Amino acid sequence: MTDLPKSTGKKLGLVIDLDICVGCHACAVNCKEWNTSGHMAPLTDLLPYGEEPSGVWFNRIHSFEVVDENSGDSRTVHFPKSCLHCDDAPCVTVCPTGASYKREEDGIVLVNADTCIGCKLCSWACPYGAREYDEDAGVMKKCTLCVDKIYNENLPPESRVPACVSTCPVAARHFGDLGDPNSDVSRLVEARGGYALMPEQDCAPVNRYLPPRPRKNGSDDEMIRAPRMLEYKDTSDDGAGLLARWVDRILSS
Amino acid sequence: MHPAKSVIFFTTASGAGYGLLIWLAVLVLPGWLPADRLFGFATFALALGLITGGLLSSTFHLGHPERAWRAMSQWRTSWLSREGVAALVTYVPAGLFGIAWVFFGTNTGAALVIGLVSAVMAFVTVYCTAMIYASLKTIRAWNNIWTRIAYVAFSLMTGAVLMHALARLFGFQHLNDLGGLALVTIALGTFVKREYWRFIDTTRSHSTAETATGLGDLGKVRLLEAPHTEVNYLMTEMGFKIARKHAAKLRNMVWAAAFGVPFILTAAAVAMSGAGATALSLLAVLSAGIGIVIERWLFFAEAQHVVTLYYGESTA
Repeated sequence: MTDLPKSTGKKLGLVIDLDICVGCHACAVNCKEWNTSGHMAPLTDLLPYGEEPSGVWFNRIHSFEVVDENSGDSRTVHFPKSCLHCDDAPCVTVCPTGASYKREEDGIVLVNADTCIGCKLCSWACPYGAREYDEDAGVMKKCTLCVDKIYNENLPPESRVPACVSTCPVAARHFGDLGDPNSDVSRLVEARGGYALMPEQDCAPVNRYLPPRPRKNGSDDEMIRAPRMLEYKDTSDDGAGLLARWVDRILSS
Repeated sequence: MHPAKSVIFFTTASGAGYGLLIWLAVLVLPGWLPADRLFGFATFALALGLITGGLLSSTFHLGHPERAWRAMSQWRTSWLSREGVAALVTYVPAGLFGIAWVFFGTNTGAALVIGLVSAVMAFVTVYCTAMIYASLKTIRAWNNIWTRIAYVAFSLMTGAVLMHALARLFGFQHLNDLGGLALVTIALGTFVKREYWRFIDTTRSHSTAETATGLGDLGKVRLLEAPHTEVNYLMTEMGFKIARKHAAKLRNMVWAAAFGVPFILTAAAVAMSGAGATALSLLAVLSAGIGIVIERWLFFAEAQHVVTLYYGESTA
């Protein structure tokens, strides 16, 4: 049944740090790599070497420019986006067949490819664009939170995290139980003011985003402002050699 | 939103069929429809044909049409599932009412009771169709009261215009009453569409590029680089966009073909009589049909999904 569970044992999800994401797309690539032979396999590509290649991806990285209209100051924010495994997932309740479901034990939202009729209604109901239709298979596909990796006892414990998390070169992605207030991810969200995307859509997403920290360049606050080249003067003579100190004295006089 | 031909045909054809089914029972009450077997056969065949053709068409856009039966199972949460169940259930009273009318030549008494059940179920089915769209919070142009009213109003309108033409073909007594009913439903449809367009033209979604990214505290958010160089499923399905100038032209075509022309033709048919009036009432059906198809195409093409906020739109 596509009724949502009243509560889930865990709320497994991701915490994505927008402050340190460098927009390298490694998470998307490793996601594709793992999942194209995983639970929702394959992640079909159509005309991969043609003029208009397209394909199924569970993870996409957008880059936004954010402009402070008062100061004119702007910054670039790289923004990875995948399924947010919502508590009130509308993609589950609209499903007419029960193929779309939310797991009671850990809150992961999955699609049963054997019963999906490919009506696409779930992709219309999702505000985040988390669902992608596989034209070739005729069914809807989505992020599984690497359900076939995080519980895989053949893997060493440190590898039992989603592919996007294990591959991130700057550790901008964190995985854990967001339903447990004492988990590492929950404490991280608490400490950094993590937030949900589009709360007004009432989907109660589990994933959280950590906002970019206040920037140093451009700040008027001397205490947090990073040094800039124009202000830089070499005034120390530590480590300078005898000749250099002599030249410095001649030139300074 | 991408306007899928199969879904446009489904909603317009089955809408007209259910409208016809509703009037088939309701108009027996004032005695406007005699229990004429041939008329009964033609009208039930047309109504059930439009409904069945529409339902079959709707399965064509599925990735797995052979699994369509599974869509009956989730009526507790899914409006699409409820619509499927309601559509199937409607066949039972509609079929019984049709059998009584066509084979036993009666449309009153117990037959009429079953007919009214069929009318109620037809109404419920159309309402479920509307709710498939109206229940989606992600699409402001659909998630409103006018979507629900419009689906029901256009079903009643196209059904009434069809009924008027059919009755003229068979030469019944209450032709002008039926013409008057068609005129009232066309006027109602015009009002509903005007209010619908006024609503979508004057409202914006609470969601913006700032809420979508959560970066509003830092300033105005603008897409710098899309995630990929080519378009993806989300952009073709949810990001389908119609140029504003075409939308304006198509809206004018809807005003003319769906409402203006059928109103004038129906009014002219009421004013005159005989074969000319029948021809005019049939032309009204043709015009309304074309107009409602354009209206339904626009219903999809003008609807903006909030996922477009991640792909360069600032409001939805």
